[in-house]
Amino acid sequence: MTRILEARPLTPVTKFFRLDAPLIAASAQPGQFVMLRAREGGERIPITIADYDRETGTVVIVVQEVGATTRRVCALEAGEEILDVAGPLGSPIELPAGGHLCGVGGGFGTASLLCLMRERRASGGRTTAIVGARTKDLLILLDDLASLCDAVEVCTDDGSAGFRGFVTQRLAQLIAGDGPGRPDHVVAIGPMAMMRAVAETTRGHRVKTLVSMDPLMVDGTGMCGGCRVMVAGKPRFACVDGPCFDAHDVDFDVAMRRNKAYVRQEHAALERLACASGRD
Amino acid sequence: MPVKRPEKTTMPTREAGERAHTFAEVNEGYSVAHASFEAERCLRCQDPVCVSACPVQIPIPDFIHAVAAGDMAGAARILRSANPLPAICGRVCPQELQCEGSCSMGGRWKPVAIGHLERFVADWERSQPITTRPAITRSERIAVIGAGPSGLVCAGELARHGYGVTVYEALHAPGGVLRYGIPEFRLPKAVLDWEIAMLESAGVEFQCNIIIGRTITLDDLIAKHGFAAVFIGTGAGLPQFLGIPGENLNGVYSANEFLTRINLMRAYDPEADTPVHVGRRVAVIGSGNTAMDAVRTSLRMGAEEAMIVYRRSEKEMSARVEEYQHAKEEGIDFHWLTSPLEILDDGDGWVSGLRCQRMELGAPDASGRARPVPIPGSEFVLAVDNVILAIGTTPNPLLTRTTSGLAVTEHGCLLADERTGLTSKPLVFAGGDAVTGAATVILAAGAGKRAARAIVEALATRTLVTRLPS
Repeated sequence: MTRILEARPLTPVTKFFRLDAPLIAASAQPGQFVMLRAREGGERIPITIADYDRETGTVVIVVQEVGATTRRVCALEAGEEILDVAGPLGSPIELPAGGHLCGVGGGFGTASLLCLMRERRASGGRTTAIVGARTKDLLILLDDLASLCDAVEVCTDDGSAGFRGFVTQRLAQLIAGDGPGRPDHVVAIGPMAMMRAVAETTRGHRVKTLVSMDPLMVDGTGMCGGCRVMVAGKPRFACVDGPCFDAHDVDFDVAMRRNKAYVRQEHAALERLACASGRD
Repeated sequence: MPVKRPEKTTMPTREAGERAHTFAEVNEGYSVAHASFEAERCLRCQDPVCVSACPVQIPIPDFIHAVAAGDMAGAARILRSANPLPAICGRVCPQELQCEGSCSMGGRWKPVAIGHLERFVADWERSQPITTRPAITRSERIAVIGAGPSGLVCAGELARHGYGVTVYEALHAPGGVLRYGIPEFRLPKAVLDWEIAMLESAGVEFQCNIIIGRTITLDDLIAKHGFAAVFIGTGAGLPQFLGIPGENLNGVYSANEFLTRINLMRAYDPEADTPVHVGRRVAVIGSGNTAMDAVRTSLRMGAEEAMIVYRRSEKEMSARVEEYQHAKEEGIDFHWLTSPLEILDDGDGWVSGLRCQRMELGAPDASGRARPVPIPGSEFVLAVDNVILAIGTTPNPLLTRTTSGLAVTEHGCLLADERTGLTSKPLVFAGGDAVTGAATVILAAGAGKRAARAIVEALATRTLVTRLPS
C-alpha cells in the first residue's frame, strides 16, 4: 500500500498525486515509470514518474482518467492509499552532456518534464519546455515548469494562451532559429500522435529526438513482451529497453494500432465501473 | 510376497467435456483408499533408482512405505525433509522422466504412481493445521530475489537453519511462474498460497512490488540493507518471438502475457478489470508445458477451436505426458510437423490466419532431436484469430543489466557454480531458470536448496568464497 500525501485536480480529468514512496524516490531517474494497481483484480498500469524528492522520500505522478483503473485512482484523495505502486521501472533517459534540451509536453505528459528539466538544469544544460493543450484551461503545471526551465513556450490550439497552434509548429520555429535558441536534443512526452508529429518535425534537422512510448504493459519487468515497440525494424520491450526510444526509429503506425487493442473492453470496464458507482 | 498389481491406480479426474470449460482442477486427487492401494505396489527396492532419478532425492520408498502403513504424518515429514514444495511438485513434475521413469515396476508393468502419491501426502498435510513456528536463531539476514520455485525453496531451507529471510518480489504477489504461468486447473492458487503461508509461519518475510536492480540495487542489499548474503532466483521470463511477419498484429501474444493476464491478473473473472483477447480459433505455437497450458486455457476462456502448431513430431514434444493426454481428451487439435511462416492480417491490424509449411524429419540436429526440414510446396493457411507463442523464454535481463560484476553466459544466463550456486560476486548465489535457462520447477527447487546449504556453510564457517565459478 502506498499512501497519498497530496492530491489535487489539475484539469477535470487529470490529477496530481504526491506519494509517500521513499524507496522509489531514492532511485528514480527521469524517464522512468511505476506500475500501479488500484484494487484486487485490477489491471497493472504503467504511469510515468513526473517528479521525485529524495530528501522527503516522495514521488509525484499525474494520472489522467482514461480507463477504469485511472478513474479509480483519480477518485482517491490525500490520506488514502494506492494498492500497489512498484518502481522505478524502465531505463532512465540518456542524453549527451550539455547543450540545449527542448522538452515537448502534450496533455498530462507535460508532468513528466518536471524531473527531466530539473536534473538537466542541475547538470548545466540549457532547458526549454514547449507545452501545449487545446485551450488555456487544460494547460498544467506551468508555474512548476517555469521555476525549473530557462524558458517555457506555451501553445494553445485556440490561441487562448501563448502561441496559437501546435507544439510542433513552435518547435519548428525554434529549430529555424526563432526563439530561445535551436535545440540540440528534444524529448517529447505526450499523446502518440503528438510524439509522431515531433519526430517528423525534427527528422532531417539532425536534432537528437527521444519519445517516451506508452504501450500496453502487464508486468513492466521484461516478462510479457506485450509492450514491444518496433524500433529500427526490431522488436524492443518498452519496459526494459525503453520507454524512451529514438523518435526517428520508432514505427508509430504499429504502436498506435497495438495501443487500441482493448478499446472495446476498456469501454465495457468503464461502463461496469459507472454502474457500480451508481449503486453505491 | 504378494503379487503386485501391474496397473497404476487411476487418479480420478473431472470429465473432459465438463472440465474444458472450467478452471477447476482437472485431477481430483487420491482418496486414502486409492493411496494405500497404490502404495502397496512399491517393491521397496534395496537400491531404489527412483531416488537417484529425483532432482531433490526424496527418499521415495520410505514415504510410500509410510503411506502404506497409514502413517500420513510420517510420510509428510519424510517428503518435506527433501522437498519443500511437494504439493506443487506432485502436480507439475515430469515424473515420467524422473522417479517414475526409472521405477523398477516400469518396463514390463506400469511404474508406481509416485507423483500422485506425493500429491496425496502433501494435500493431506495441507488439510492439517500449520504448526511451524518462526525460530530465527541467527543474527544474519539473507535476501532472496524472486519468489518463484527456487527462491521459495531457498528461503524455506534458510529459515529451517534459523536465518531471517526477506524475499523480494517484483510483482504484486509471490509465486513467480507458479502464479503467473501455471493455470488454476493444473495448480490451484490455494495450494501455492498455503505453501507461502507455511514459509511465513516459519519466519520468511515477503516484500512484493520491489524490483531488485531498480528499486534497490543488488549491491545495496549487502552494503546498505545489511544482508549477509543474497540468493538470485529471478527465473527465465523473457519471452522469445519467432521473427516472422505479422508478429505485431493485435491478437498475437507471448504465452507469458496471455497466461499472466489470466492467472495473475484474473482476466477470466468478469469482475476483474484486466482485458484479454481470446479468439474463436486459437493457435498456440510450441509443444512444451507452457504451450499446453496456453492452449487449454484458451479453450476455457471460450475459444471454439484451439490447436497446437509444432514443427517437429509428437515424439519430440516436451510437455508432460499427462498434460498432453488431458489436452487431447479436451479436444485440442494437434498440427505436428507444421512450421509457421507468417501471421496474416485481417486488413484491420488483427490476426486472420497463420500461414504454415509442412515439415519432415531429417538427421538429428545440435539438440540431438531430428531436424525438421520443410517440404517444398506444402504451404497452407490455418484460419485463426489468435496466435500465442510458447516457444521458450530466456533469463530476465533486468538484474544483470543493472548490476556490475555479475557474470553471464552468452545466452544471458547467470554464471554460477553448479554445486553451490555461487556467482561471480562474493556472497551472491543464484539458481533456477536464471542460471539454467527455462527448465522445470523441481530443478529450480533443487538449485535453491543447494544454494541455501552453501550459504549456511559459507556463513557458519566464515569462508568468504570469492573464486569465480568454473
